[in-house]
Amino acid sequence: MGQQVAMTGNIAVANAMRQINPDVCAAYPITPSTEIMQQFSNFVADGDVKTVLVPAESEHSAMSACIGAAAAGGRVMTATSSQGMALMWEMLYIAAGNRLPIVLAMSNRALSAPLNIHGDTSDAMGARDSGWIQFFSENAQEAYDNLIQAIRIAEHMDVRLPAMVGMDGFIISHSIESMTLLDDQAVQDFIGDCITHMPLLDVDNPKTFGPLDLQDYYIEHKRQEYEAMKNAKGVIVEVAKEFTELSGREYGLFEAYALDDAEIAIVALNSAAGTIKTVIDELRSTGVRAGLLKPRVFRPFPAEEIAEALSHVKAVCVMDRADGVNGTGGPLFPEFRSALYDAPKRPLIINRIFGLGGRDLGLHHVRDVYGELQKIAGTGKIETLAGYITVRN
Amino acid sequence: MSRLKSWKEVPMAAVIEDAGNAETYETGGWRTFKPVLDKEKCIHCLTCWISCPDTAIVVKDEKMIGFNFKHCKGCGVCADVCPKKVTAITMEQEGK
Repeated sequence: MGQQVAMTGNIAVANAMRQINPDVCAAYPITPSTEIMQQFSNFVADGDVKTVLVPAESEHSAMSACIGAAAAGGRVMTATSSQGMALMWEMLYIAAGNRLPIVLAMSNRALSAPLNIHGDTSDAMGARDSGWIQFFSENAQEAYDNLIQAIRIAEHMDVRLPAMVGMDGFIISHSIESMTLLDDQAVQDFIGDCITHMPLLDVDNPKTFGPLDLQDYYIEHKRQEYEAMKNAKGVIVEVAKEFTELSGREYGLFEAYALDDAEIAIVALNSAAGTIKTVIDELRSTGVRAGLLKPRVFRPFPAEEIAEALSHVKAVCVMDRADGVNGTGGPLFPEFRSALYDAPKRPLIINRIFGLGGRDLGLHHVRDVYGELQKIAGTGKIETLAGYITVRN
Repeated sequence: MSRLKSWKEVPMAAVIEDAGNAETYETGGWRTFKPVLDKEKCIHCLTCWISCPDTAIVVKDEKMIGFNFKHCKGCGVCADVCPKKVTAITMEQEGK
């Protein structure tokens, strides 16, 4: 089943959208995600999909249109990056709070200033508290697979939250890789019909979306959202199992690579994981027990599962391709460290911010990190808790 | 007031499923001034009815018969539009 193809991450994602055939796509172009909607608009023009394509005048408008279409009861998708994601910020919260299962493809890119169009996860990290499910993808195959699964997860009645699927801008979005497309019909069968809930277009049952919700009820609705995000964890695993039956490819909340017996480990999102795996294979052949935890989802944050997977490790480096600029490390760091706080046995943990604005992460950088972790595991002492690598000092 | 619902009972996303339920939400308590009708003077031109920004002018058989104080916020538009030769509606301070 399926067809082996050579595609860029963006084209792979556009093909996932073609196979999903959403009711509505409202978008505004922005590098490096532009190619997704460009390719998808070809599919619309060629009649390959029945989607209503709404070219909006900004990302704020694009997400607003998505919200309206999703509230109407449609299956809705969009794509963006960086400043576009930043401009959507207000509407991201409204999509999540209104419990609308919009799925957004995101070619991760640095945020201005200084102006930069290349890959890091600053855009996604700006949306981490918005109530969206957040997937991250190592390569084009994962971006494609995650996008298809995201439809099922977002629409699930125990979840009803929007989901964004990230991949590194340019490194993945514009690099051609070998990957497998599922059959069109197999994707349709997997996602099924759009599951609607209280759609506005059910005109026999008129209703109001987005009313004022004051001291007497706002917190009850936020409590529901919290529950939905907790539920998402189980649904993600459940949908992944079904997807494995379809594709043969395995997914979970995170990928543990050579982690079971690891003494030292790195945590990293997206394409950096590929580089890290190469170094792990190299180190393993010399007897160094190095491992990797690659989060597939950052929202929901699977704290218990992470603690279980990392508690036996002696030293861990959480690598952030974004800086929250709090002066004490990147955005992944405090959450991973906090996840391990309650573990009876926990590793020493450091944070390294790397690759901002698409700065290359070389094998030698990863070797240096593992080297430092070996030193920390041996001495039990951390010299630098958080800092930058891949930077000129 | 009815019992407030728990987070497990409220509709998802605060969606209001019963259309037009603003009618049951009483806003009359916002008033500082209230309109007073002199039935002897009223000519039933219904200018107040068409001008009321809420639905607080009560009309029966094409006659203005009074105010719905559950929704009247005391804005005074009705008194203002009441023809000057008629002045059937005047405003009084609440609680007087």
